[in-house]
Amino acid sequence: MAAEGKTMDALSQFELTPIVAGFSNSNLYMLIAGAAISALMLIGMQPRARVPGRLQSLAEVSYEFIYGLVRDQVGHEGKKFFPFVFTLFMFILFGNMLGMLPYAFTFTSHIAVTFTLALVVFILVTVVALAIHGLHFFSYFFPEGAPKALAPLIIPIEIISYLSRVVSLSVRLFANMVAGHVMLKVFATFVVMMGSAGVLGLLGALAPLAINVALVGFEFLVAFLQAYVFAVLTCIYLHDAVHLH
Amino acid sequence: MPQLDFANPLLLTQVFWLLVIFGALYVLVSQVALPPVARMLEERATAIAADLERARALKAEADAAMAEAEREQARARADAQAQIRATLDAAKAEAVQAEADLSKRLAAELEAAEQRIAEARARAMAAIEQVAVEAATAATGRLIGVAPDAAAARAAVGAVLAARQG
Repeated sequence: MAAEGKTMDALSQFELTPIVAGFSNSNLYMLIAGAAISALMLIGMQPRARVPGRLQSLAEVSYEFIYGLVRDQVGHEGKKFFPFVFTLFMFILFGNMLGMLPYAFTFTSHIAVTFTLALVVFILVTVVALAIHGLHFFSYFFPEGAPKALAPLIIPIEIISYLSRVVSLSVRLFANMVAGHVMLKVFATFVVMMGSAGVLGLLGALAPLAINVALVGFEFLVAFLQAYVFAVLTCIYLHDAVHLH
Repeated sequence: MPQLDFANPLLLTQVFWLLVIFGALYVLVSQVALPPVARMLEERATAIAADLERARALKAEADAAMAEAEREQARARADAQAQIRATLDAAKAEAVQAEADLSKRLAAELEAAEQRIAEARARAMAAIEQVAVEAATAATGRLIGVAPDAAAARAAVGAVLAARQG
């Protein structure tokens, strides 16, 4: 996995390898993330203490954080989407955080994964909008009060912007995770390459090492932030679906 | 880039398992994991509200008791003040009465004493007259050998005494 000899190999960390036939290392980490989330919520809430301990606090804080997000962004009608947004946020957050462990696989760095999640959100939002507003939903693509003459221009733009949600949602998460992990790998490779080049090299390796330390901290921030952004955007789209503008 | 290697069949199975795992997680979270958290938070909120309500009630009760105690204290102080005043007045009146009684008794005693003195004086005067009459009779008898008439002697002594007394 690391730099073999003097070559830079920052992408092999994203390689899918089968654990059993058809079940890749990526899927294994999805399973671990799901198990960790379930464990946090089920074991954490086990004491059912009025004054919660650490794990119970964490479970409750996660709940209240996402609950507040859904309530603020979607409104009162958003309550029924709360379990979905919660699952989505926790799944992405744990995927990102698990990826920070050495030798772990970051499944959110796969565009196929993020695109599928974005597509799930997109389909859900569209179905919800159609279920609530029926055909009136299509007025979403032509803002009220806009001059009729501009309809041929506005409607395609609105449709494209609506469809591009899937792309922006998935590419944002995917690109952030890939970029972060590539950078970590590149600077880690620098450390190894320079470190093997004598005393001067060892001193020189301190710089990329320091950068990597800072990057790890930064990546933890990104891991949280991207999960949050994904959840917030999902909530905003749900708000649009429920209220149409 | 392995993410864009669509020839790899694992890329598609990855999506399949993603849907399976994410779907299962959604069911587990929404059906099993979240309801207890909601119940817990609800329970805690109602418990805290109930505790606050009880605290408010207890505070009102304590305030009422405090006001009652203050009222009671004020009344007790007023009672005590009144009692002190009444006792003081009674004592003063008694003292005035005692003083009046004493002065009256002293006046009476003074009067009685004066009366007794006057009586004693009168008796002494009477006794002097008797003694003077006897002395005058005896002296006259000795001097002239004739005992004067008792009435004349008394008259003479009475005249002298009256002159002396002025």
